[in-house]
Amino acid sequence: MTQTDRIFQTVSWIVGLATVAFLMLPILITVVVAFSASPVYTLPPPSWSLRWFADLQNKTGLVDAVLLSLNLAVVSTLVSLILGTAAAIAVARGQFSGRGAVATFVVSPLMMPGLVLGVAMLQFFRDIGLRDAYWSLLLAHVVITLPFVMRTLLAAMGSFDFSIIDAARTLGMNYPKSVAKVLIPNLAPAYLTGGLFAFLASMDNYPISIFLTDARNKTLPIKMLQYLEEQPDPSLAAMSTGLILLAVTVLVIGARTVGLNRMIQG
Amino acid sequence: MTAAPNIIAGTPPTRCGLGFDRIALLAAPGLSFLALFYAIPLALLLFQSLRGPEGGFGIANYVSFFSEPFNIGVLMRTLRVALLTTLLSLIIAYPTAIAMNRARGVWLTVFLVAMVLPMSLGVVVKAFAWSILFRANGALNQIMQAIGLTDGPVRMLFTETALVIGAANVFLPFMVLPIYAVLQQQKASLADAAASLGAGPFFRFFHVALPLTLPGIVAGAAFVFSLSVSMYVIPSLIVGETQQNLPMLIARSFLYLRNEELGSTISAILLIIAIAVVLGSTWLAARLGAKE
Repeated sequence: MTQTDRIFQTVSWIVGLATVAFLMLPILITVVVAFSASPVYTLPPPSWSLRWFADLQNKTGLVDAVLLSLNLAVVSTLVSLILGTAAAIAVARGQFSGRGAVATFVVSPLMMPGLVLGVAMLQFFRDIGLRDAYWSLLLAHVVITLPFVMRTLLAAMGSFDFSIIDAARTLGMNYPKSVAKVLIPNLAPAYLTGGLFAFLASMDNYPISIFLTDARNKTLPIKMLQYLEEQPDPSLAAMSTGLILLAVTVLVIGARTVGLNRMIQG
Repeated sequence: MTAAPNIIAGTPPTRCGLGFDRIALLAAPGLSFLALFYAIPLALLLFQSLRGPEGGFGIANYVSFFSEPFNIGVLMRTLRVALLTTLLSLIIAYPTAIAMNRARGVWLTVFLVAMVLPMSLGVVVKAFAWSILFRANGALNQIMQAIGLTDGPVRMLFTETALVIGAANVFLPFMVLPIYAVLQQQKASLADAAASLGAGPFFRFFHVALPLTLPGIVAGAAFVFSLSVSMYVIPSLIVGETQQNLPMLIARSFLYLRNEELGSTISAILLIIAIAVVLGSTWLAARLGAKE
């Protein structure tokens, strides 16, 4: 190892650790602000308090938005996992031309501008006469979550040994049952990862949802941005701190059962 | 499903002409869903943008968009910010991915948590956290004055620099992870082999390591660029209405101006940029794959 190699390595470590700090900075600020006694965001805070957590009880609009977002995220992720499993099996096992094109197509919504998708869906739903905000949001959120699920499932099934399925079927299981009892348990890490990222993407979607909400159905990111514009006080930070805690719990469980590296790489 | 057992009878699956076999039907529900609620709406949007005000087809909407210097300015700003964000992310992400690839045990966990945990903080809160940092009396200014970097408070909020930093912060994991994935598949012995043949560190980096990681760089850059071109929440909170980008212009024309023609045209332009990025990066990735 030469001197230059060592410099290369040292630099990559310094940048790497700086990146970790850079990425964690918004979380640190949010948590600090949540425990600050001051309603304006002075950093470091003059004194500490839990008042913004207590204040959350009065923010019923926020709680409703959390519930709607959780509902959309859970239902759309489940629908995507079902549609995605079938489609991924077809791409992994099917012998038809255009499998590559199918794989590209199902992952492509990831790279499309959210606002444009929102506009297109708004106009389309209006054309077909769908006026219900919840259903519009749900259909849109399946489009948001499906690519995340597909990306991990395609990668996982690409290296899955399908002869196990054939074995299960030789032993008398029908195809749907062998998928449920053999394929899905074997690919549990991919299901966990794909499901988690799909869930987070749905929870955090602003640009598509903004075109499909009405006064009664506002998702969490929309409510939060509106809230920041109207009365920016640290109760949002308090709520986000709660969500971070939830994420930490999920990560710890994921790391214990699947392993963090495997989880992130799908 | 009585026909099910016949669908996949051992390997290879039975084919029935035209390069089609029945297991392909499993893709039908997902594909029809996306065709109906994703492809058709986008196609209609593109189609709509080619409609003139008095019916008939043409590029009148585009001509009127591009004849407005203000719109050109917005388009250029959008592309510039996206390019700078992609570059900044790449510069930070590459060494980070290398460090992450070498990290073991606790350090690896630290890196992985830093990549994933911020995703649990919604983009709204994240962008807001940055706007707190960038304020004139904010923490960043206090630190810079304390260490004597600047004499007085520097205006950071509402600048393009702040926007690029904030955007890179949100999108960075999408650049690091593809490069990290490629590095993980690489054999360290390749670099050793090059070294044993007398290649210097710079030669090894530019002729061995960098070409091997190019697929990861292309994937990451394409992803970060398309995310930055279409970001809406981050610029709304960090730079505001005075420096609009294309998505902000779309939202404004639909939600405030109620000018659907303008909104649809800008949406179509943004869509064309996104499709170009997807096709360009796919082509580049295929070419890189073919070279190996």
